[in-house]
Amino acid sequence: MISEKVMDAATITSWMREIEASVRAERDHLVQLDAAIGDGDHGTNMTRGFEAVVQAFAEDGGSPPGKLLILAGRTLVSTVGGASGPLWGSALRAGGRTLGDEPTFEAQQLVDVLAAALASVKDLGTASLGDKTMVDALEPAVDTLRQRVAQGVPLDRAIDEAAAAAEAGMRATIPLQARKGRASYLGERSVGHQDPGATSTALMVRALQRAVTNKGS
Amino acid sequence: MAVGTNQMRKFLNDPAQVVKESLAGMAAAHPDLLRYDKGAQILVRKDAPKKGKVGIISGGGSGHEPMHGGFVGLGMLDAACPGEVFTSPVPAQMLAATKAVDGGAGVVHIVKNYTGDVLNFKMAAEEAADEGIKVHAVVIDDDVAVQDSLYTAGRRGVGATVLAEKISGAAAEAGANVDKVTDLVKKVNSQARSFGVALSSCIPPASGKFIFDLPEGQIELGIGIHGEPGRRRAPLGAASEVVDVMVEAVISDLKPKRGSKVLAFVNGMGGTPLIELYLLYGEVDKKLRAAGVEPVRNLVGSYITSLEMAGASLTVLELDEELTKLWDAPVHTPALRWGA
Repeated sequence: MISEKVMDAATITSWMREIEASVRAERDHLVQLDAAIGDGDHGTNMTRGFEAVVQAFAEDGGSPPGKLLILAGRTLVSTVGGASGPLWGSALRAGGRTLGDEPTFEAQQLVDVLAAALASVKDLGTASLGDKTMVDALEPAVDTLRQRVAQGVPLDRAIDEAAAAAEAGMRATIPLQARKGRASYLGERSVGHQDPGATSTALMVRALQRAVTNKGS
Repeated sequence: MAVGTNQMRKFLNDPAQVVKESLAGMAAAHPDLLRYDKGAQILVRKDAPKKGKVGIISGGGSGHEPMHGGFVGLGMLDAACPGEVFTSPVPAQMLAATKAVDGGAGVVHIVKNYTGDVLNFKMAAEEAADEGIKVHAVVIDDDVAVQDSLYTAGRRGVGATVLAEKISGAAAEAGANVDKVTDLVKKVNSQARSFGVALSSCIPPASGKFIFDLPEGQIELGIGIHGEPGRRRAPLGAASEVVDVMVEAVISDLKPKRGSKVLAFVNGMGGTPLIELYLLYGEVDKKLRAAGVEPVRNLVGSYITSLEMAGASLTVLELDEELTKLWDAPVHTPALRWGA
């Protein structure tokens, strides 16, 4: 019997810090990817947003994990702009709502958080798998995590595989022609470039893996 | 503070503050027309809200000046919501602007069709509804370079935005109700088409680098207003040949009735001087007449720009008596002024 890993507000805080550090470290790369098929501000916008999230968390007085995710979402909506702000903002708010006021959560609830986030992104952005968007990284990650958790795979390994699935999905956007967002204006010229939104999404799932794994268990 | 890179030559104090500092400068230059709400990052017409008048707001990424802040004033916009450079504003800005211009007769949002703008304006409209203000949003999508299909985010909003803001603003000033103002924005959008070309990319202040590299002797056809590459690249021919492409793209899509009266808007992208824009207008005027339509009104200048991009766009609006009258009505804003 595998003991269930228990996560809490500190896991969410650590996730947001990990995201902030990785989008900052990858800012120029994201800008470069976005310049090829968009307008070159994705790295700057994501960094500004997650810096604001970390700041908002520092001022928060002990909210439960669900409320923290909602706070993160609200902060992204009010600081990022572009399409990423509303999309990630709604995603984290939808994910946070699934946790209610519970002080802790387990693997299956983490699946629910990410599934709600994905549903929100697909609904608001009207994007499907293969449109060359963040969905191409997020959907395989959610599917993998759901499957592995259902099979009883330990969360550390399940989330690692989910992050790898997001990274594979990110790389798989290279040959695709964009059908959503600004890259779609390029038509066939969007082929051959990795989608910046899928790239930052893969960074975020990898950040979650680090946050979950590093928490002493 | 470095303000230059190998490519960039810009007047900046701090690249991260360029939008805020520019807005403060606009407020200092035009205190008779508008005020700058620094906290909300919006420009608001000085006498807003006007009781009983429909409020009209617009917004979008910065870097397109004078759009939209330069169109705040008498007979045009009541407020503008500027985002970061080429990044749509956030819902809180539109909500603050909506409240600031609500004179009790309703508020119209003029939204350019970009995923980010549409999503952020939508969220703001929902929040405004929660606070009891009904928002009428119209999305502008006049750029014929983008195929409107399942395979794109849909046509971009470009030059028709300026014309819709002027025409609907005139109607609101004259006391039209919110449905009428909304219908006019839709009418301008449905009767206008645009097509843009670029001779260079542009440099966002935050990155300090050209977004794309255009080799010598090449032109980007079908560009938007965010320094993004166009639909295709071609060898740069004479201005007359470039105008052939622009007029053909616009007219074949708009399909105006023969003998129609039109407004021809030749817009500079920020880095093309007026001498070239007028040269282009001369060609446009000739070619539109040859295509069987009559330019009876025009606008020539840089009104919806893409930082320092060299390039131009053509917008053709099919006119009728109502639109012509509203176009001619008095306007007094930082960037457009006549009759007042």
